[in-house]
Amino acid sequence: MSDHGVIAVEGINPSIPKRRAEAMPSAANSGVKLMNGFFEWFGSLGIFCWKVLRAAVTPPYEWRELIRQLDEVGSKSFPLIALAGAAIGVVISMEARYSLTRFGAKSMFPATLVYSVIQVMGPIMTGLIVSGRVGAGMGAELASMKVSEQIDAIEASAINPYRLLAATRILACILMLPLLTLAADSAGLLTGWFAQSLVEPLSFHQFIETGFHGATFSAFLPQTFKTAVYGLIIGTIACFQGMRTCGGAEGVGRAATNSVVIASLFVILADVVLVKFILVVFS
Amino acid sequence: MAATYDIAMQQTKPEQDGCAPVVVVEDVHKTFGIHKVLDGISLSVKRGETLAVLGRSGTGKSVLLRLIIGLDAPDSGSICIRGRNIAGLPLDRMGEIRKKMGFLFQHAALYDSLNVAENVAFPLAHHRKEMSKSERRDRVEQLLTEVGMEGTLEKMPSDISGGMQKRVGLARALALEPEILLLDEPTAGLDPISSGEIDDLILKLQYERQMASIVVTHDLHSAKTIANRLALLDKGNVVIDGTFEDLQKSGIDFVKEFLKQS
Repeated sequence: MSDHGVIAVEGINPSIPKRRAEAMPSAANSGVKLMNGFFEWFGSLGIFCWKVLRAAVTPPYEWRELIRQLDEVGSKSFPLIALAGAAIGVVISMEARYSLTRFGAKSMFPATLVYSVIQVMGPIMTGLIVSGRVGAGMGAELASMKVSEQIDAIEASAINPYRLLAATRILACILMLPLLTLAADSAGLLTGWFAQSLVEPLSFHQFIETGFHGATFSAFLPQTFKTAVYGLIIGTIACFQGMRTCGGAEGVGRAATNSVVIASLFVILADVVLVKFILVVFS
Repeated sequence: MAATYDIAMQQTKPEQDGCAPVVVVEDVHKTFGIHKVLDGISLSVKRGETLAVLGRSGTGKSVLLRLIIGLDAPDSGSICIRGRNIAGLPLDRMGEIRKKMGFLFQHAALYDSLNVAENVAFPLAHHRKEMSKSERRDRVEQLLTEVGMEGTLEKMPSDISGGMQKRVGLARALALEPEILLLDEPTAGLDPISSGEIDDLILKLQYERQMASIVVTHDLHSAKTIANRLALLDKGNVVIDGTFEDLQKSGIDFVKEFLKQS
């Protein structure tokens, strides 16, 4: 029978069930492979975290490297974070003024700006920007060290690379994220007030007094310090992706990209959990 | 240069022929995925002895070195360093053993964010904390002079040639005064003159320090020059282990073919 012009009916044309039978195991195999990869990744991440934790709590401590990383994560991210915070402040100021005027609640402007910047935009924006800048940098740096055997050389010199490279970087991220968030918040509030005062004069003193009126520490501190968790996520993912790299320049690129993508995704997911947690615990 | 080699070869005979081996590899197996790299390999090296490990690409020569320094773990078998089995030893316990070992990586693996002096000082800064800055500086200068790299302290690894990087890597490997020296392709990618210089340097260091050395190489000429013994690997195991003359006299087809092609 010719292949052309034949109505392919299951059971009549024997090639169809055969092809389906071949395709099904291959799809199943892909699914199994995907699941294996998923669990393998989390398993490796767990082992990595355990090694880093053990290295971090046992002496000798790498103070010099920690200070270098604090500078790398903190000081060098500061201008970018401050600039982004300032831009966010202006945007929120313009949007809030428009919406509040529409609903006749213009007097609520300072409080709206303060709460929007400090509780919502400042922390998540800092987390995402640091994921991009620091996550990619750390991922690429460690991946490059891995493929050029520099991490092996550290280990061969009887130095624990988990302590020297990973623990210091993760700790630097944990310590610096809340400080960078404060910088972003301050820049946002300052430019938000400035944008508002260009349209309608309002003293900074009055803006702050009205904005923070009745506010408690528990309204702002948990939101700021939750970014330490973002720091933990960013540092851990970047170090993990970097230190498990293989495959030359392509591997380095992949590690940098994966560090940013996975860290950003986990920061957003963590935000969902942390917001709920803070609402339950602190309200 | 040949005369230098001959004199040095006579001088670098193992210190005590009867002494216990410093490195003993016994029935070691290693598999990556489905690829069996080492298949029951056994060898040993004494103090003051240099063993050259030869073989085709992919026969597990570099893997053997990584197993000996504990960067990878064997699937089975034992690796004893100074009488202690290191197979499966945790990272922190391996540290003490690694302090007695120096490793020169194939591409030197210098830290590219540190200059030459900082690279050599790196192990000292971590393990010789009692040393003052000036003492450390003196030690780094002494090590760099020993490998013929004086005057390059402030240079970055990217600013020096491959041969120079290997010299700096060797200085770093010697920083903690190791008893065991592992060299992974020390002359690979170098011109014949630089290769000869590295060989001379290894011979000089062996003569002065009497370490137990294992050199992985493709370069038969270099192996013949620097090693007391040669081990030829094929299919994850040692085909022959002996002097160069033993290899020449061997009737094994693979050995004959290897010598013919080298």
